[in-house]
Amino acid sequence: MALIVVLPSLILLAVFVYGFIAQTVYISLTDWGQGAALALKPDTRFVGAYNYREMFTGFLNVRFRQDLVNMVFFTVLFVAASLGLGLMLATILDQRIRGEAFFRTVFLFPMSLSFIVTGTIWRWLLQPRGGVNVLPSYVGLPPASFLWLSSRDQALRFNWQALPIFAVAVAAAAFITWAAWLAARRRLRAAALAGLPGVVLMAWSAAGGLARLEILPFEEPHGFNLALIGVVIAATWQMSGYTMALYLAGLRTIPDELREAARVDGASPLQVYRYVELPLLTPITWSAVIVLGHIALKIFDLVFAMAGPDNAPTSVPAILMFLTTFRGNELAKGASIAVVLLVMVSFLIIPYLVATFRGRRA
Amino acid sequence: MYQHGAGRTGWVMQALVILLAVVYLIPVYLTIITSLKAPADINLMTAWVPPARPYWASYTTALAKFAPSLKNSVLLAVSATLLSAALGSVNGYVLCKWRFPGARFVLPLVVFGMFIPYQSILVPLFQFMRGIGLYGGLPGLVLVHVVYGLPITTLLFRSFYEEIPDELLGAAFIDGADFFRIYRWLILPLSGPPFLVVAIWQFTQIWNEFLFAVTLARPASQPITVALANLAGGQAVSWNLPMAGSVLAALPTVVVYVLLGRYFIRGLLAGALKG
Repeated sequence: MALIVVLPSLILLAVFVYGFIAQTVYISLTDWGQGAALALKPDTRFVGAYNYREMFTGFLNVRFRQDLVNMVFFTVLFVAASLGLGLMLATILDQRIRGEAFFRTVFLFPMSLSFIVTGTIWRWLLQPRGGVNVLPSYVGLPPASFLWLSSRDQALRFNWQALPIFAVAVAAAAFITWAAWLAARRRLRAAALAGLPGVVLMAWSAAGGLARLEILPFEEPHGFNLALIGVVIAATWQMSGYTMALYLAGLRTIPDELREAARVDGASPLQVYRYVELPLLTPITWSAVIVLGHIALKIFDLVFAMAGPDNAPTSVPAILMFLTTFRGNELAKGASIAVVLLVMVSFLIIPYLVATFRGRRA
Repeated sequence: MYQHGAGRTGWVMQALVILLAVVYLIPVYLTIITSLKAPADINLMTAWVPPARPYWASYTTALAKFAPSLKNSVLLAVSATLLSAALGSVNGYVLCKWRFPGARFVLPLVVFGMFIPYQSILVPLFQFMRGIGLYGGLPGLVLVHVVYGLPITTLLFRSFYEEIPDELLGAAFIDGADFFRIYRWLILPLSGPPFLVVAIWQFTQIWNEFLFAVTLARPASQPITVALANLAGGQAVSWNLPMAGSVLAALPTVVVYVLLGRYFIRGLLAGALKG
């Protein structure tokens, strides 16, 4: 009986989520009938990983690679800024501030806005010759001239050719750290199993495997586009209230006896904060990283409203997917961008879901 | 709450929080003063100075311009919210209180749907909507929001229903109440607060959504987010209109947040703190 009632919903989700994902993956492996992009039943040819190879190594797809780099930098900066600011706001509000409810409302209300509204407002604020840039002129200084959303300056540049070397090094280091962590907990068999891929990767690079792995025949520099700083600020303005609410709720659930006990042991307020409260907030930090991280990876409307879809310095894969699919009519290429996006998000979400639901059963 | 150093630290914190609040409110201040300026008075160098006399015509113009899309947004958000809350309640009840084969794997699979980037289903969804003839209109958008809202509404209702003791249901079951009666006479009367949380959360999300709206709506059925993005996206706009439009687009969700903030925050926290 119960099953019959939820069955329609489950079928809908199975089709709309998993069925459509499978279809997207399939489309990404075809050429989607060149020229008949919007046909309901296009003539498609299976081309295997061709679209993906083009994305990562094709001469014409520089923008996709820069968008990936933008996405990674945006995610790291935005999550770090929101966590830091949110923790700071929560810590301050936890100190018996007068008018706490009012301040909570002020810091949290941007969350109720749409990214389109936030983007429109911040676009006005970050105009090259207006908004924030005119502020110095009120104290007699020349106005600032930073191009918030269109700067083409880059920081932390690296060569795309070197990416496999980075990736292999990081993967090998990750496997070996994991093995060491398991070994320290005396789970030797698991440690050997976890360490094996790391050792294989190192042996393979030592044997010259890496040297033969050339993804581009020419140098292609990529880096952090400074124009993204404006988008990070707007996104942090909107979402830091969320981390504040999480941390505040967390601080309020810490029993006073714990703090009392630490104080009796001679801890200063700062030590109580550092050694009692902060460690108890760690699970909240992880939840926030998951939620903010997946929002950052798929950010679309904020960039669309702030800088427009065609502004290359602030572009991200989510925007590129939209343009490729619905303006360029290259549905197969768009689908392969979407799959890359989904894989990135899954790296974040699946371990979280596994940990959460395994914990619940135990 | 721990004791802070009496006196001085307290004042430092109070000053800091006021300073931060001012910084957070700057965008609001600029939006409102810009929306009240006559187009001729909008000068980048005086962007921070309020207008000498408010120019209300921006609002009447914006309202006239946005009226159709505001109506679309209301229709879409209200109907999709009610439908998705109703479905979420039933699903939450079943997934929380009833056991069936495979139930253990259903929830994680449902929750995953909450996190997927909508880009990864957009092309098949687009084809599907055209195939069944729902592309372009509001009913199609309602369907999309109800389906993709299922994970979060189910999860929210489920987390509330977990607080209803199983013994209560067991007792009702022994007294001969079946699946539907238990829902009707036991669960539903207790569903007021969760319904409010889910409704407020979904309303805000659907009102603010953009990607589905911009790909699946025709101009006649576009909601306010798309209309605003179109208006503000063009170059050489006079900024009083986009700013007045932003206020209009933001008003419903901000009012809901200010009046019912408690429920809004509860929806916000439910997902993250449970984990």
